[in-house]
Amino acid sequence: MAKIIGGYFTSHVPGIGGAIVRGDQETPYWKPFFAGFPPIREWLAEAKPDVAVVFSNDHGLNFFLDTMPTFAVGAAAQYDNADEGWGLPVYKSFAGHPALSWHVIDALVRDEFDITTCQKMLVDHAVSIPFELIYPGAESWPIKLVPISINTVQYPLPSPKRCLALGRAVHRALTSWGGDERVLVCGTGGLSHQLDGPRAGFMNPEYDLFCLDNLAAHPDALTGHSAEQVAELAGTQGVEILNWIAARGAMGDAAMCEVSRNYHIPISNTAAASLLLEPA
Amino acid sequence: MSVDLVSDDMQRRRAIPLFDGGLARRGFALNAMCFSFNDRANREAFVADEEAYCAKFGLTPEQRDAVARRDVLAMLEAGGNVYYLAKLAGIFGLGVQDLGALQTGMSVDEFKAMLARWADKVPADARVALCANFGEAV
Ligand SMILES: [Fe+2]
Repeated sequence: MAKIIGGYFTSHVPGIGGAIVRGDQETPYWKPFFAGFPPIREWLAEAKPDVAVVFSNDHGLNFFLDTMPTFAVGAAAQYDNADEGWGLPVYKSFAGHPALSWHVIDALVRDEFDITTCQKMLVDHAVSIPFELIYPGAESWPIKLVPISINTVQYPLPSPKRCLALGRAVHRALTSWGGDERVLVCGTGGLSHQLDGPRAGFMNPEYDLFCLDNLAAHPDALTGHSAEQVAELAGTQGVEILNWIAARGAMGDAAMCEVSRNYHIPISNTAAASLLLEPA
Repeated sequence: MSVDLVSDDMQRRRAIPLFDGGLARRGFALNAMCFSFNDRANREAFVADEEAYCAKFGLTPEQRDAVARRDVLAMLEAGGNVYYLAKLAGIFGLGVQDLGALQTGMSVDEFKAMLARWADKVPADARVALCANFGEAV
């Protein structure tokens, strides 16, 4: 049985990648955001995960509107990043864990989650930047990747309730896996932000803190809204909280200890957060 | 889900607005062109001959006009999705704060100041890293 050693949650704004390229981590603008990560890195140095199960959303690198899966699970031996069109560096590839991916896929479909299976999948900044933040300057990623992509682009989006249930089904899959991998569960994106329309620049600290305060102990509290209500509360891109909700579900229902939390406004157009949970 | 809740959500989709089937159908050609800008060669082809490149993707007159005028709100109205439009904005050297300024009628500096002001709504203890142990299982 795989051991779930913790849950790592972070914003994944492309601007973070730009700040890293420029070496802006210590500037007054960026420092309050990057300050969230040293405690997570220290914890990782001890905890040494060897697999990361990552819930994120694609931003028009791998999926287009011709075929838009609600939930997609990667089953590749390798996941490449690629040019996203706005000048970020192309990040290094991740090694996959196809055997574990297929186990998760089998378990999910048996559990009546009829997901899409991807033997090829590009991963965008939503996967790369979170790992740049916790393993800065690494020659290669020290973890193997099992990526799970949630549609946050085109409505209908899955509900928060369904995302939590998906995560819990992933948890059941991980507990029935025969290997002894140390698994880090990750949820990326958010928190509140809106890029488009007359309400561009909208944030909602009250809703963000409601999410941060309840994710560990009361994740079901986050499922009382529809996806549309989340967009109203968190902004049109704030619906990326769905990735966090699913990831929390994948940690299982045991009690959680909040190891580290950081919340900062603004980075780019976004209310940013990082959070580390571990089973109590 | 009750009929009322469904109609509330449909109302939200129109009011915010949210990118659902209606906008996704209307915007397909424009978004397809923007999706192509993941490739540098396509970005260069657009810059070299914008008219021909837009024609290749069959943009509607409304979409072509919005792109020609660099009018972000009109692109959204024509079904553009911001995740794809961001790739077009990149060609013009516009970041998300520039887009925000264009959509709200603020200057970029005003828009950035507005973003920073949201921090005033954060309680002082919210940024502090906690080390709390939640002893109860879910
Ligand atoms: Fe995102």
